[in-house]
Amino acid sequence: MPELLKEYLPVAIFMAVAAGIGLALMASAIIIAMRKPDPEKLSAYECGFAPFDDARMKFDIRFYLVSILFIIFDLEVAFLFPWAISLGDIGVYGFWSMIIFLAILTIGFIYEWRKGALEWD
Amino acid sequence: MTLATLFFYLFSAVMLASAVMVISSRNPVHSVLFLILAFFNAAGLFILLGAEFLAMILVVVYVGAVAVLFLFVVMMLDIDFAELRQGMLNYLPVGATIGLILMVELVLVVAGWSISPDLLKTVTSPAPSVTDMTNTEALGRILYTKYIYYFQAAGLILLVSMIGAIVLTLRHKPNVKRQNVSDQVARGPATAIEIRDVKPGQGI
Repeated sequence: MPELLKEYLPVAIFMAVAAGIGLALMASAIIIAMRKPDPEKLSAYECGFAPFDDARMKFDIRFYLVSILFIIFDLEVAFLFPWAISLGDIGVYGFWSMIIFLAILTIGFIYEWRKGALEWD
Repeated sequence: MTLATLFFYLFSAVMLASAVMVISSRNPVHSVLFLILAFFNAAGLFILLGAEFLAMILVVVYVGAVAVLFLFVVMMLDIDFAELRQGMLNYLPVGATIGLILMVELVLVVAGWSISPDLLKTVTSPAPSVTDMTNTEALGRILYTKYIYYFQAAGLILLVSMIGAIVLTLRHKPNVKRQNVSDQVARGPATAIEIRDVKPGQGI
């Protein structure tokens, strides 16, 4: 299917140009720029202080819950796109098929709402 | 056509290389970033196959959501990987045994593989060409009617994962005041205020 791929050629060219510009900037900085490494340049400046511990710290588990709930509804919406396009062909059967699917997920949504999973505290 | 072949080899090579980096990278955050790169290249391969919808869903769902979730998990675990590697020699015999068993199983599965004679029918009636209908429409025509049970099973699995995530991770802190709209609306003069007749010279 060359017709389809022809439509994507500008995307590939765009990505190649973007990668080219990025690499050129990095390479020019490495090749051209003057280099005088000094440990003082990397140290915290005057009023700053050295960090106390690692930047990698434990996350609150609630971020994880929000992320999982997001993925589930993301997938639900992803299922809606082919359904919306082909609704004229699949008829009443396909329509109610999707309605049942949405109803199942709405049960979960009501549960989530009632449990207060959408509230932060 | 040669350009498509070139892109196929480009995407495959980058995907395999990043997949190797996922398991060999020392920093787990770098592993997740290489995983995202592998997902992007897989999306490119899907586009070469003409499966546009799957490619976009791969980018939206896997890169946008699952990889972020992996990053959360990597951050949340807070594992000192240098410390983990120290005990590697102790666990090597057990790990090697399990790996060997898995290898034998894989070989048995692949050796015992038989191709269904019905497969030829599938190959001879491939997905409709993009000139007839888009890939998304072709998916939509069969997903909700012909494969309705799988579709509803997907819905049930999503429901189970939603409830499971809430049951496992939701811990409300005690003594946190939340806004309760119905309580606020139901509050009236009868419950909110009290009128007392105070006599002069006496307290309440």
